[in-house]
Amino acid sequence: MSLPIERRRNTAYRHDGLWTAALIHRVSGILLACFLPLHFLALGLAIEGEAALGGFLRWTESTGVKFAEMGLVFLLTVHMLGGIRLMLIENLPWRPGQKRAAMTAIVIALVIAALFVVRII
Amino acid sequence: MSVDRDARDSQLEVRVWRGGDEGRYQPFEVPRRDNQTVLDVVTWIQRHIDPTVSYRFACRVGMCGSCAMTVNGRPRWTCRTHVSKVAGDGKLEIAPLANMPVIKDLTVDMTPFFEKWQQADGVFTGSATRHDDVARIKPDMPARQAADAGIECINCGVCFAACDTVRWNSDYLGPAALNRAWTLANDTRDTANSERLAAISRDGGCHACHSHQSCEQHCPQALNPTAAIAGLKRLSMKAFIRGEIG
Amino acid sequence: MTELRLYILQRVTAFLMIPLILAHVFVIFYATSNGLKAGDILARTQGSVGWALFYGLFVLLAAIHGAIGVRTVLREWADLSRTTASIASGALAALLFALGMRAVIAVVMPGGAL
Repeated sequence: MSLPIERRRNTAYRHDGLWTAALIHRVSGILLACFLPLHFLALGLAIEGEAALGGFLRWTESTGVKFAEMGLVFLLTVHMLGGIRLMLIENLPWRPGQKRAAMTAIVIALVIAALFVVRII
Repeated sequence: MSVDRDARDSQLEVRVWRGGDEGRYQPFEVPRRDNQTVLDVVTWIQRHIDPTVSYRFACRVGMCGSCAMTVNGRPRWTCRTHVSKVAGDGKLEIAPLANMPVIKDLTVDMTPFFEKWQQADGVFTGSATRHDDVARIKPDMPARQAADAGIECINCGVCFAACDTVRWNSDYLGPAALNRAWTLANDTRDTANSERLAAISRDGGCHACHSHQSCEQHCPQALNPTAAIAGLKRLSMKAFIRGEIG
Repeated sequence: MTELRLYILQRVTAFLMIPLILAHVFVIFYATSNGLKAGDILARTQGSVGWALFYGLFVLLAAIHGAIGVRTVLREWADLSRTTASIASGALAALLFALGMRAVIAVVMPGGAL
C-alpha cells in the first residue's frame, strides 16, 4: 500500500506579529535591491541630456506609476524603521514591547507613503 | 474499540506523525476529557489503540522538558498543554519537534542540539579550587541578574525547534546554546570568556540571529534568548573593537 | 571576510545611511510636490559638489549594505554555500556601485549631455 508522502507542518507560529515584521523587513530589502539598478538606470538617462530624463519623468506621471512610487516610499521607510528597531535591540540593553515597536514602525511607514501619494496625485 | 455514537462530539480527532523524517500522519479518535493534556492524549493512544507509537516523557509535571513535541504547528511541552487550549475544534495534530532528525514517530535525535551547545562553549570553566574562598557574588549585581534571567534552561529544545534561523541556516548554533553562552559570559567566576566570545562570533554564531523572538515566545520557562543573543552581539562588538577577536 | 566583519559592515552602513535616507525622502517630497521637471532637478544637481558627495556616498553605502543583505537571503532561502553567495552578492555590489556612480555622474556633471 503506497501512501502519499506527507509533510509535517510547523507553520502555525508564522502568524505571530514579529514574524510578519521580520518578513516585511526581508522582503522590502529584496525588493529595494531589485529596484535600485532600475532607479540608477533611469537617472543615468540624464547622460543623454535633459530631454531623455524628462521623457522618462513624463512617463512616471501616470497614476499607476504614482502608486508604485508610493510602494517604493513604503518599502524604503519600513525597511529603515525596522532596521533601526533591530539596531536598538542589538546595541542597547533589552527593552520589552518589541511587537508594539514593530507594528508602530509599519504604521508610520504606511502613513508616510500615504502622505506621499496624496501629494503627488 | 467501540465508539459511543452519542458521545461522538466528545471525541478528539488526533493525527499523529508516524515514521521518520519521511512518514505520514495516522488518525486516531480519542475520548475527550476535562483537564486533559496533549501528553494524556498520546499516552491514551499508545495504551489503548497502538502500542507501537514512540514518544518521550518523564516527569509529566512540567519540570523536565522531555515531552516537547509539535502540537498544531507549534513546539510545546505536551504535559503542560491543555487540550482545551489548543483543540477548541476537537482537532489535534501531533508531530515530533522540528529542526532535529526524527528517530521514530514523536521522538527526535537531540544530538545536533547538544553538539551546538558544546560548540558555543556552553560549559563553565573555573579557576578556583576547594582551598579557595567561596566566590562572593551579590545577587543584585547587573551581571548576576543577567545570568539569573537565563539559567533556568533545561535543554528541552522547544526554542531550537521554533527558530526560523535554525531552520534556514544549518550552521546556526541556536537560541539555547547562545543563551547558555550569555549566562556564562555574565558569570564572574568563569575564566574562558575570550574563547567563548570567539566561539559565538564564528559563522553560525550570535550574529546570525535575526531577532524574530520565536524562541522567547515559545520558551516554557519564559526565558528570552533573543535578549541574551543581543547581549552577546554587544560583547562581541566590544571584543572586536579591542582587537580580541577577528 | 568573516561573518562578524560582514555583520559590522552591514550595521555600520545602515547607520550611516539613516540621515541620507531622511534627506532623500525629504527631497523626494519636495521635488514631487513642487512638480519639479527634469530640467529643474538637473539645474540643482549639475555642477554641485555637495550633491555629488551626498549621492556618491549613498551609492557606496547602499551597494555594500544591499549586497550583504542579499547574501544572507541567498544563504538562508536559496541554500547557497558561503562561497557562491559571496560571489553572487559581490557581483550585485559591483553592479549597484557601477550603475549608481554612473547615475551620480549623469546628474552632477556640469552643463548637459556628454
